Amino acid sequence: MIWVFAFAIWVTITAGIYLSMSRDLLRIVLGLALLGGGVNLLFFASGRLGSPEPAVVPMGERVLAATAANPLPQALVLTAIVIGFALLCFSLVLVMRLINDARTDDVLALRLAEPPPTDAVKPALPMPGCDPEYPGPAPALQEPLSR
Amino acid sequence: MTLLVVTPVLVPLATVVLTAMAHGRPRLQQGLSFAGIAVFFACAVGLVGAAAADQPAVAAFGWPAPFGIEFHIDRTGASLVLITALMGAASLLFMASDADPGPQHPLLLPLLHGMLAGVGGAFATADLFNLYVWFEVMLVCTLGLFAIGARLDQLDATFKYLALNLFGTMLFLGAVGLVFAATGHLNYTALAAAAGGLPPGLATVVLAALVLAFLIKAGAFPLFAWLPASYHTLPAPLLALVGGLLTKVGVYAVLRMLGDVFAPAPALLYEALGWIAAATMLLGVLGAAYHWDMRRILAFHIVSQIGYLLLGVALASEAGNAATLLFTIHVVVVKANLFLIAAIIWRLTGSYDLRQIGGLYALRPALGVLFLISALSLVGIPPLSGFWAKLMVLHEAIAQGRVVWTVAALLVSVLTLYSMMKIWLEAFWRAHPDATWAPPRQTRLAPAWAATIALTCVTLAISLNPQPLVAYAQAAAATLAKP
Repeated sequence: MIWVFAFAIWVTITAGIYLSMSRDLLRIVLGLALLGGGVNLLFFASGRLGSPEPAVVPMGERVLAATAANPLPQALVLTAIVIGFALLCFSLVLVMRLINDARTDDVLALRLAEPPPTDAVKPALPMPGCDPEYPGPAPALQEPLSR
Repeated sequence: MTLLVVTPVLVPLATVVLTAMAHGRPRLQQGLSFAGIAVFFACAVGLVGAAAADQPAVAAFGWPAPFGIEFHIDRTGASLVLITALMGAASLLFMASDADPGPQHPLLLPLLHGMLAGVGGAFATADLFNLYVWFEVMLVCTLGLFAIGARLDQLDATFKYLALNLFGTMLFLGAVGLVFAATGHLNYTALAAAAGGLPPGLATVVLAALVLAFLIKAGAFPLFAWLPASYHTLPAPLLALVGGLLTKVGVYAVLRMLGDVFAPAPALLYEALGWIAAATMLLGVLGAAYHWDMRRILAFHIVSQIGYLLLGVALASEAGNAATLLFTIHVVVVKANLFLIAAIIWRLTGSYDLRQIGGLYALRPALGVLFLISALSLVGIPPLSGFWAKLMVLHEAIAQGRVVWTVAALLVSVLTLYSMMKIWLEAFWRAHPDATWAPPRQTRLAPAWAATIALTCVTLAISLNPQPLVAYAQAAAATLAKP
């Protein structure tokens, strides 16, 4: 059983890494989501598989039966799933916005934060609109210069 | 004590709620945010006082430790919480100026305090899974801060930061699973007790996965690609806060794992960490030498300084751990201050790019003094704080006969001096390349000056009287790796 589970984790993580190496933005997000799923499975397996009995304290009892499944990884994985889901939602919105604004979904074309060098030794200047907007010197000072 | 130990989390979280509720009223929001950081700072001072009196604040929630989630703030954690509060205050103060403060989005302050809660939680917790949660809180809030400006390069940077950091987070979660599978524990104290019984091979593999995840977060070679790809797109106060603090949380996690919980870890890990540290120093400083944008130069210097911090951990001794703690406190202040000074330079000269600016020494000699104090401290010129920090690291490295690492560290200091002199010559010494350039007459720089002068005073206080801090760091290191 544990080997089947390990194989499933391996396939999920491999697929996730393969997809997240892609140049396509949406595929990267899907890959990271798959990778997260694989890691969650791994975490779940850390509490040992084996017992199919749900980790619920029976009515009238005060402690969990010794044969029940390990409840701790279940609780922790639930936390990890919730966090992963929030990050997935954020990254989907981010990617849609990025594709809309940059008009490309190719990561190699996304060089806005790090413009490719035009000179052999000196880095490129920021692209227009990709630097904080300068408020400018006071207009009173500019007038004599422009005349 | 139980209430004090949760303040690094509770106070920023309460501020998040309050500032989010006041989102329609900027003045009230700003007031609440200042009040929140003031309370946070007061609590941090209380924590340092309690820790220095050998009464570390401890609390376990739900069940007694090791079953409940434990918070434990010793000297190391307390001093880092204090420096977090200090940086938060400086950043919020700077935001009131007009030196690249970024857009005044109503969610900016809640996100910023959320990030502080994540940092505070990571320093306070004594539970591995809880540490993962705080790293996620930090990541989510920082992503918000990156994306909030919605400029195209910022969105691009957000995506790169997200994708590469998410990889680190997954590795972290997987490694926590492996640790749990191997030991059955997540609490630091219980892990420390159980770690001795692990077979050495298994311990090496599990710890290597865990430390690798933290090294991604810390921006160590060769895993730092996300840092220079994204940091320079942030507005100045956020850049100072994020650039000053976040990578150091990764270093703190490495220190906590290899220097405290799992100490002594397999020797192979310390050896590998030492070489990674040397490569991080060297590659970081070479990256900085290439760039001409002040923000990008300083971002690469973050990477370079991370190397020194990791070197202290890699020496695997009490003196090494003390050096890492002292170096962290010094470098957070100096690095954040340099980012803030760069923003003042931007406001006075019109650009972050050194090729387009100049003439500041004639215009603002006082700014030159502020810059030189922080820049020379980063280089490690005596008697500034960086000298004492580097002295502690290198003294221990030489004592252990680590000649190559020592030579690498000294060489990096020289190259750091080169980058700092580049900024000095281009921005201050040389005349402005645009002869018609007139400095702005209307500026609102008073809060920016106040923040940078305050941080410079902290640097000077450490520089001129390092002994109390050295003694504190040594006492902090002495309590690490003890049951």
